[in-house]
Formats: sequence, C-alpha cells, structure tokens
Amino acid sequence: MDLPAYRLSGVRKAYAGKEVLNVGDLEVHMGEILAVVGPSGAGKSTLLRLLNFLEPAGAGHIEFLGESVGVGHAVSLAMRRQVTTVFQRPVLLNRSVAANVAFGLGLRGRRGRGGAVERALALVGLAEVARQPARTLSGGEAQRVALARALVIEPRVLLLDEPTANLDPYNVGLIESIVRRLNEERHTTAVLVTHNVFQAKRLAHRVALMLGGQIVEIASVKSFFEQPRDPRTQAFLNGELVY
Amino acid sequence: MRVSGSALAFSILVGIPLGAVLGLSRFIGRRLLMALLYTGMGFPPVVVGLFVYLLLSRSGPLGALNSAIIPHLFTPGAMIVAQTIIAFPVVAGFTMAAVMGVDPNLRQQVAALGATPIQATWTILAEARIGVVVSIIAGFGSIISEVGAVMLVGGNIENATRVLTTAIVLETSKGNYDLAISLGIILLGISFVINLTMIRLQGKAFD
Repeated sequence: MDLPAYRLSGVRKAYAGKEVLNVGDLEVHMGEILAVVGPSGAGKSTLLRLLNFLEPAGAGHIEFLGESVGVGHAVSLAMRRQVTTVFQRPVLLNRSVAANVAFGLGLRGRRGRGGAVERALALVGLAEVARQPARTLSGGEAQRVALARALVIEPRVLLLDEPTANLDPYNVGLIESIVRRLNEERHTTAVLVTHNVFQAKRLAHRVALMLGGQIVEIASVKSFFEQPRDPRTQAFLNGELVY
Repeated sequence: MRVSGSALAFSILVGIPLGAVLGLSRFIGRRLLMALLYTGMGFPPVVVGLFVYLLLSRSGPLGALNSAIIPHLFTPGAMIVAQTIIAFPVVAGFTMAAVMGVDPNLRQQVAALGATPIQATWTILAEARIGVVVSIIAGFGSIISEVGAVMLVGGNIENATRVLTTAIVLETSKGNYDLAISLGIILLGISFVINLTMIRLQGKAFD
C-alpha cells in the first residue's frame, strides 16, 4: 500500500480561544485529488494552512510523506518545500511575469534551468506575456501566473484554496484542466478547497465535507454525490443551510 | 562626507532590520518600541548632541571607561555616534511604514512557496523598496544638514572635526558671506547628487 501524502489525527486549531478546526482522522492518498467542500467559516482554509505548515496545529499529529510532525515540532525546510498553495487571491511580486514564476526556484538556489519557467508559462498559456509587469495582468491571468509559480517548483503536493473563485468560465476551465493534467502526468497530489460542488465533482477523486471545523463525511465522488451517508451532506448538496 | 557617510551606513545597518522587525512581527512591547521610535524621529539634534557629549565626556559614563572602542569627544568618531543616533530612528521608522504597506498576504504566499523567514523578510523589503530608499534619503537628509550635534560633540576643529555645516556657521559669524554661500551651494549640490543616485536605485535595488 502506498504511503499517504498526509495522515492527520486529532488535529485541532483555535484562534483567541475559539476552536476553528477539529479533525479526528484524515488521510490524503498519494496521487489523488481530494476536494474539501463546505460553507464559509467551516475551517477549510485553516486546514490548508496547516497542511502547508504555514501555521502550527494547536494539538494532534500530522504525518507528511511518512515524516511525523507533532505539536511543537517544526517541519524541516526540505519537507516544507515539497508542498505549496495556490491562494484564492494571488499576490504577485512587483516584477515581471517570468520573475514571479522563477521566484520559488530562486528560493531553492535554482534559476529556471532548462527553460522550466518558459515551460510553466506555456502550460498556463501565458508565454507571450513573460516580460510584462505582473501587476498589469487581469485577475484570471494573475491566478494562472500563481499556478505557474507553484507548479514550476514541482511540488509533491499542491494545495488549492478556492483557486477559481470570481474567475470567468474560460479561466476556470483552463485552471481545472491544468490541475487535472498535473495530477495525471506528474501524479501531483492535490487538495482542493472549493465552495463549488460541481467543480469538486469534475476534478476530484474523493470529496470531504467540512462543517464547524470537523470533517462530516469523506467519500469517493460517486458515493459522496449519489449516496451520501450523512444527512448533513445531503442537505449541503441540496443547497440547504447547514451550520 | 566621511562622517555623514559612516553615520548613514550605521543607521542603515541598524534601522532597516529594526524597521522590518517592527513592521512584520508581533511581540509584547512592540507598541512601546514604536512609540520610542517615533519620539526618536523627532529628536532635536542639539539634544542628541548634548546627550552624546555627556556620555562621552571624561566624567561621563562611557568617557570615564577610557576604552579604545569608545570614541572621544571632539573626534569624528563622536560625531558619527551623534549622527547615527539622529538618523537611525528615521531610517527605521520609514522602513517600518514601508513594509507595513505591503499586502500582508504576500508574506504567507511567499512562505507557501518555500521561503525561509529571512528570505520572506528580504522579499517584503524588496517589494517595499521605494519606501526603503525613501527611508535612507530621509536619514541622509536628517544628518547632512545637521549642525547642532556635530558642533557640540565635534567642536568644529579645523582639519579634524569641521564639516560643511559647521564651516558655514563659522564663516557666517566671521562675516565671510561669499565663502559661506559657496559652501552652502556645495552642500546642496552633494545632497542633490546623492538623492538623485538613490532615486535611481529605487528602480534597480533588490531585483
């Protein structure tokens, strides 16, 4: 059996005494796309920040690529560099598009050897604007640059936090196809946080529903959408308010 | 120029890291440090001069130590200390404001791409480079035109601690207005050239 990308147990996170995350057990399988759906404030983005080691968990245990990360133990830089996130609202550096894409490589002491930056830009369909200042791009183009700067570092795990929210259908389709291609060709594991259950159905292998910081149900796409076990999942899929 | 240049270099070495830490970190006592910094930005130079004079005089707490690493009064070293104390709060304060103006989400996104804390801080400073260069220009401006502190701790000794500003004061008091005006024009020219160079750096620095 393959090693899971992540194994979480008893992971909790609180801000100012208010618990926002309480994940009993969660495994993210290597090479899968796991979609995490749920209403605003459910703890989805907090979960991603913990998976990217941007914040420490308050309690519990995270195993990442077989390495144990307990509370109070910092993850090594080498391990942290195996994962990255594409955020809902990308903040690009005040540099050229190509320099933005090359940024993560520069952090690792690599400078886009062998045309990696050009290939990444070509993949997201922005090769022709490589020299343009990044801050002149549209929202959809900026998100594609953010995706290119993430994929150029070839992460084992790609975290996507509402990457297509507020984008037009063309950019949504393009970003979805790139994520699918990365998963199929490079076997990149992806965790996709989205409000959009249709997107989850299109992209993911498994879907998890989060409510109130907890994972209510996690199942294959087919089971999740056709035979949900938990009535709250059915209610969420029906568009009913469940808090 | 040697005195002001050295003081500016020390102010940059202290002020930019201090401004970055205050702008990017959250810790107990930060607000107090910020209040002290803002107070330092408005410090009258002559009061700084008096403070350094008392510290370095033979009966002062530092002067009494008679240590080789502590500069003596009426030397360029004492003037550099005074000008550094005048300029570093200015550099730190403007740097802090500049880094606080950078989108706070950038730091998290840079960290998500694998930046170490030092790499993340350097990236934020690079994004705030216009403000950081302004902080250096402001720090330079606060000391190049300064006369009170350097007069007090330097003593305006010919070929030793006389600088352009103290020379202007002396020549004016002697009635040599032509020479004083000429020195003033030279001071303005130096200031203009240095500021022009720094403005050019705004576009190139950190890339």
